[in-house]
Amino acid sequence: MNAHPSLAIGRPIEKLDAISRDAISPAATAPDAMVRFEGISKTYPAYRGKPGVDALQNIDFAIPRGSITGVIGRSGAGKSSLVRLINGLERPTTGRVVVDGRDISVLAGRDLRLAQRSIGMIFQHFNLLSSRTAAANIALPLEIAGWAKADIIARVAELLALVGIADKHDRYPSELSGGQKQRVGIARALATRPSVLLSDEATSALDPQTTRAILDLLANINRELGVTIVLITHEMSVVRQLARDVVVLDAGHVVESGHVADIFTHPEHPITQSFLAEVIGDSLPVSLASRIVSELPAGGQAVIRIQVRGAGAGDTLVARLARELGLDVSLLSARIDEIGGQHVGSLTLGIPLGTSCSDDATTRTLAWLSQYQFPAERLGYVA
Amino acid sequence: MSPELINLIIQATGESLYMVGLAALIGTVIGLPLGVFLATSRKGELFSAPVVNRVLGIVVNATRSTPFIILVVAIIPFTRLVAGTSIGSTAAIVPLTIASAPFMARLVEAAIREVDGGLIETASSFGASPIQIVLKVLIPEALPGLLLALTLAVVSLLGYSAMVGAVGGGGLGDLGIRYGYQRFMPEMMLAVVVVLIALVQLVQSAGDYLARRVNRRLRHR
Repeated sequence: MNAHPSLAIGRPIEKLDAISRDAISPAATAPDAMVRFEGISKTYPAYRGKPGVDALQNIDFAIPRGSITGVIGRSGAGKSSLVRLINGLERPTTGRVVVDGRDISVLAGRDLRLAQRSIGMIFQHFNLLSSRTAAANIALPLEIAGWAKADIIARVAELLALVGIADKHDRYPSELSGGQKQRVGIARALATRPSVLLSDEATSALDPQTTRAILDLLANINRELGVTIVLITHEMSVVRQLARDVVVLDAGHVVESGHVADIFTHPEHPITQSFLAEVIGDSLPVSLASRIVSELPAGGQAVIRIQVRGAGAGDTLVARLARELGLDVSLLSARIDEIGGQHVGSLTLGIPLGTSCSDDATTRTLAWLSQYQFPAERLGYVA
Repeated sequence: MSPELINLIIQATGESLYMVGLAALIGTVIGLPLGVFLATSRKGELFSAPVVNRVLGIVVNATRSTPFIILVVAIIPFTRLVAGTSIGSTAAIVPLTIASAPFMARLVEAAIREVDGGLIETASSFGASPIQIVLKVLIPEALPGLLLALTLAVVSLLGYSAMVGAVGGGGLGDLGIRYGYQRFMPEMMLAVVVVLIALVQLVQSAGDYLARRVNRRLRHR
């Protein structure tokens, strides 16, 4: 926690220029990106009495080569449409999708199928063939690509070892756990040595422990094979654990994009803020919230909440506050998490009202905090 | 029961098996691709051809709603064209096939539609062609259902085959009518029914067993 003592207090709150290089950027400024969306919109026409839907509008961004990029949004935000544009399962209504230098939105037939072999995909419900063993499921894309039998056998063994289930070679999906099934799915997606791996809610059907293991595996794969990973998810925890860059989608629009650390330490759009709240929580414990009053009581404490944002922010905050202002502050509630190496969270402190029952100490505390650029507010009092 | 009568039963059983076996085989050769096509050719599907799909659906329904005995008589000219004759077991295979192929097609269609659509998308996503999707995904995944469909088709063909006596097709049903009913030989009728029950039982058990063996959806150790 004390790796950056100099950053502990007084870190500027503005977005950090130093870490903004190579982030998600407009397509035009990133000619060498792995995936570029250029002026994309996708409209599903009206069909059988159902009105048409504008699933995506004005999508323009680039996913850096070798990155792990999260695409986060609520259901119906357009995530699935976006990912299906990358692997050519759907075509944009306007604009181009360029994957590894090729415009995939104009390809069809055999050319499209060849291009799709360099794009792997894993799914929420794994989508394994129940009639094939783990090994045979992994072999499927290789059979489709026309590999020789001996090459397939060697490659499948390699992949099973890579995902850590070499002993499940002859097991059918019905004999595997959810995590093992997703490992088979990952091995299958990597079989043809793709340059991009698309993950469509790949951990949404798994328990938290298995989710962590699968995300660790994806991180290793990204590091060791250099595969660009695009994570489609509605879960903030997935983005936080794995992604370096993030694109926040809402109602078919990109509302924010950039480094995870940047976006979630300074969320601007309400959707982004609500995703952040899922991880750090912005509500007080019930027992505390129910006791807070707005009138100055005869004794007790003032309750203030301090927002903590930045690398190492808040490390020594409480200690310095107590020492410099000579106050016996009490810690009522705290939640600090790390997102992309940046601390994000909030501290709820009790400032003693003292024998004179005045609120001067709180006023001094808020002034002190604002001097060091920690946003803080007075929530009320507890007796 | 005299040895002659027993011989008659054995001969009739052979005729029934011959007609049903060949009709099931040819019915499958026609019904399987037809069923796969019906299951994959609606708008937006793998072989999207909504108009052809609708027309084929109507033809299949028309064939299936024609009573079998009427079908047998109605297509006699066609039977003569294909089999060279309109009487006998070989000739009877023609109407039996025409009755069983659309029936098979509907059963195959249902079995194929049971396959999770996500698997089609998965195979497409790694660049499988529509034919590869049919051969490597749809048929293997639907295999338990397809085997049960075949079983059902064979059982109903055994029933239909009893009617082809009307065009001299022979077989167990014909034997039962001519000896058991028209010559008042209840023991012959009973024997024919027992053989038919045994055959149906055998086919159904074999079908169930095979379908269970290829079904990997269930946990098995």
